[in-house]
Amino acid sequence: MGSLSLSQLQHLWWLLVAVVGALFIFMTFVQGGQTLLFAIARTEDEKTLVINSLGKKWELTFTTLVLFGGALFAAFPLFYATSFGGAYWVWILILFTFILQAVSYEYRKKPKNFLGARTYEIFLFINGSVGIILIGAAIGTFFTGSGFSLNDYNLVTWQSPLRGLEAAFNPFNLSFGLFLMFIARLLGALYLHNNIAHSAIRERTRKAAFNNLLCSLPFLLYILFSLVTMNGFAVNPENGQIFLESGKYLNNLLAMPIHGLGFLLAGLLLVIYGVIINRFKNSDKGIWPAGLGVVLVVLALLFIAGYNNTAFYPSFYDLQSSLTIANASSSHYTLTAMSYIAISIPFILAYIIYVWHLLDARKLTEDDVAAGKY
Amino acid sequence: MGHLDLAQVDWARAQFALTAMYHWIFVPLTLGLSVLIAFFETIYYKTGKEEWKRLTRFWMTLFGINFAIGVATGIIMEFQFGTNWSNYSWMVGDIFGAPLAAEGLFAFFLETTFFAVMFFGWDRVSKKFHLLSTWLVAIGSNLSALWILVANAWMQHPVGMHFNPDTARFEMKNFWEILGSPVAVSHFVHVTSSGFLLAALFVVSISSWFLLKNRHAEMAKKSIAVAAVFGVISASFVGLTGDESAYTAAQVQPMKLAAMEGLYQGGYNAAMVVAGIPNPAKKPGDTQNEFKAVIKVPGLLSLLANRKIGSFVPGIDDLVFGNRKQGIISAAAKIESGKKAIASLATYKTARKRGRAGVAAQALKTFRENQHYIGYGYFAKAEDLVPDVPLVFYSFHIMVMLGTLFPVIFIGFLLFIYKQNLARQKWFLRFGCWSLFLGYLAQQSGWVVAEVGRQPWAIQDLLPVFVARSNLTTGTIQTTFFMFVLVFTVLLIAEVSIMLKQIKIGPEEL
Ligand code: HDD
Ligand code: HEM
Ligand code: HEM
Repeated sequence: MGSLSLSQLQHLWWLLVAVVGALFIFMTFVQGGQTLLFAIARTEDEKTLVINSLGKKWELTFTTLVLFGGALFAAFPLFYATSFGGAYWVWILILFTFILQAVSYEYRKKPKNFLGARTYEIFLFINGSVGIILIGAAIGTFFTGSGFSLNDYNLVTWQSPLRGLEAAFNPFNLSFGLFLMFIARLLGALYLHNNIAHSAIRERTRKAAFNNLLCSLPFLLYILFSLVTMNGFAVNPENGQIFLESGKYLNNLLAMPIHGLGFLLAGLLLVIYGVIINRFKNSDKGIWPAGLGVVLVVLALLFIAGYNNTAFYPSFYDLQSSLTIANASSSHYTLTAMSYIAISIPFILAYIIYVWHLLDARKLTEDDVAAGKY
Repeated sequence: MGHLDLAQVDWARAQFALTAMYHWIFVPLTLGLSVLIAFFETIYYKTGKEEWKRLTRFWMTLFGINFAIGVATGIIMEFQFGTNWSNYSWMVGDIFGAPLAAEGLFAFFLETTFFAVMFFGWDRVSKKFHLLSTWLVAIGSNLSALWILVANAWMQHPVGMHFNPDTARFEMKNFWEILGSPVAVSHFVHVTSSGFLLAALFVVSISSWFLLKNRHAEMAKKSIAVAAVFGVISASFVGLTGDESAYTAAQVQPMKLAAMEGLYQGGYNAAMVVAGIPNPAKKPGDTQNEFKAVIKVPGLLSLLANRKIGSFVPGIDDLVFGNRKQGIISAAAKIESGKKAIASLATYKTARKRGRAGVAAQALKTFRENQHYIGYGYFAKAEDLVPDVPLVFYSFHIMVMLGTLFPVIFIGFLLFIYKQNLARQKWFLRFGCWSLFLGYLAQQSGWVVAEVGRQPWAIQDLLPVFVARSNLTTGTIQTTFFMFVLVFTVLLIAEVSIMLKQIKIGPEEL
């Protein structure tokens, strides 16, 4: 590892960031489940069952988001500085929805909780809807770009007074946000179907997964169509100049037949497969293919945003201010040191999987809820 | 670097202070209570007695309530560096980002994963595995303290890096030097032990309340016995490590130490202030008295600051105006040198752009000679380099006074337990109840010393706070400031209300 070149390290770290990002999007089944709460749980007991099932997992999703932020900070500090300091409002609002989420599971059912159970349920809904749509809009700007410029000392000046919220008004970004929300709901339904032993809830989650897949399709088609036809932000590797290239993202997909186009198509098929076996075979294993599918799709999207001489955080206002994995990264030394740290990732994944294997060995039932008071 | 809007910087500082201090209400309890709970559960595991399990579960419930809001306030801290201090994030992200990422990877996942076992695993995993999980949560939370304090210590004492003129930022040169920095080590041990101390106070305080109300008396006494022993040990560590923190501050941040002691005129055999009222009108270099009233112990400060009897301790005046005899350079000279560094860096960058190698080389040479003081170049006058002395002074002395009081409290509890008449000491129990608030006061004071004491620097000597900021309008930061005040306060009310209710409910009956 000590012998990797700066460019190789930058590619490696974009890969790692993409993996963490993809796992985060998979883990947003928690957020999706939160938005389903009102639809799939009718009685108080059913509600408690759903919240308990999600409540065991929310922290894992949350921590993945924190790690995503930390990894970006360490590996691509210029992105961290430019995007968070520039697209200020979009990030602040996302964070607020996560603050609300963090207390809701623990406080919802506790006596004397000041705001009432209903308020905490609404907090969860806001986190699952507004939070995810805005995250999608922010990721959308990886392709559509933002209006900012950087000066000689890399200080960002943002053009829109909306400070990032303008992203949500772009049809592509908005569609991306809605698409992510439906995917999160679809995953949430599949997860709950797998995790809870309760026939009425299972019936409803089965339908919900299928319906959310249908809802996501128009957005998916629009996004895919736009993506392959739009101009992309390309980098000239010789001199680092940024220029617009027509069909850039299509070119990137084709240039990466396996980890671009292949991942994208395989991922989409796996998601559909997961929903289908859940809907028509009444299998409770749909979450696995669908989850893997989502990971592959997000990986493919982040790869075509950052690899193959592409600017991953483009500025349409001042092309040359666009961020690439080459100009936004940490130094050779830091990326190397961080890579040693990253060797721990498989071990961490292993103990997480092991622990959840233990905890989820038995499905959650109404008896569990009656026994535990959480 | 754009125009300077001081109000904007002050609002950003206020926002950071607000969110950090909220975060710090919950974090020290997490650090300590996780360890205490692990002790409780270990006793349960060893004895197999159900009452210890009840006791463990009771404190665990309170732990969970505290933990949730600790996490809610923490996520803001992480992203705030990007949102409000984006120039900082760019200038030092190469170094500062690494410990934050390591924290997420090594600490938060450990905490989160085993937290789930701790809460949901009682009847799903073996007893042994459950105990292991509880310990891993304790280790995880204290590991998160390690990494974040490494990051913070680096700001107090930047080591293991160099300035890269081509990227115009600081870059990491030696990871181990950053991890093993003396400031990081002393802060870590001081912070964790003070967290243990706070948790001991928490358990003692609530148990005292039970005893006063004559409820769950057995459980309360058991809890106090464990917590008071833990408290005495932690409190001794807090004192020792606090002394170490003061020593490292004296070595690497002499201005902070001078502010902590309200010391303007440095000297040999410097005296340490036991208590005093600083003169708020006192300015560096004038002839007014430093204190309105003061009690001092001669010679002690020299010992504390340099571990050498009679040694010289610089005061604020020495640091601002210089002291040739002691080899202390005046702030004015540093400012001049810093301005040269900034100007030559600009020259270097333009020359490089235009391809003038000779000019660039010359400018780089000037830069290298002056880079040590680059941060000073942003200041107009030397007096700006002095932090808020009375605030730092009072915070420090409150912390130290409380630090000497706490061991006495714990020893008192142990004594009464030993004499088996604790339940009858009404006044003492009442005092025990309220001592928790003193613990929180000491905690917050400690951070005020650490953070206000290093003003005006975001990174000591290299990056002033007002250069570290993001390009945002004052109005924007004001808006988010009040959003935070509102949301955090509402959540705090909910937290306290739930906590009190759970305490009233008490441990579950068998
Ligand atoms: C229960 C809380 C508590 C108690 C009783 C004490 N401390 Fe403390 N102190 C902290 C909690 C704390 C803290 C909140 O954990 C700080 C803030 C930053 C840090 O590193 O630890 C801190 C900082 C801090 C600093 C500033 C470090 C720096 O910025 O470089 C010094 C010099 C001391 N402490 C010294 C002491 C001494 C001599 C004590 C006497 C016994 C003492 N503290 C008791
Ligand atoms: C500016 C600095 C800080 C940042 C960026 C930060 C960041 C965070 C984040 C993101 C979380 C939520 C983690 C999760 O997903 O579970 C968190 C929680 C936590 N942080 Fe901080 N933190 C800061 C200051 C501190 C300090 C100084 C300490 C300890 C010395 C600390 C110790 C903890 C602990 C123990 C938790 C666990 C939850 C709890 O607080 O109850 N943090 N922090
Ligand atoms: C959780 C415990 C902490 C508390 C209570 C705390 C307290 C404070 C306070 C009171 C200020 C305002 C100082 C002023 O502007 O006069 C401040 C500023 C700041 N602190 Fe901390 N701090 C904590 C931890 C940290 C950590 C761990 C870091 C870095 C890793 C950090 C970095 C900063 C920064 C960047 C500022 C803003 C710039 C400044 O005003 O200096 N703080 N903090």
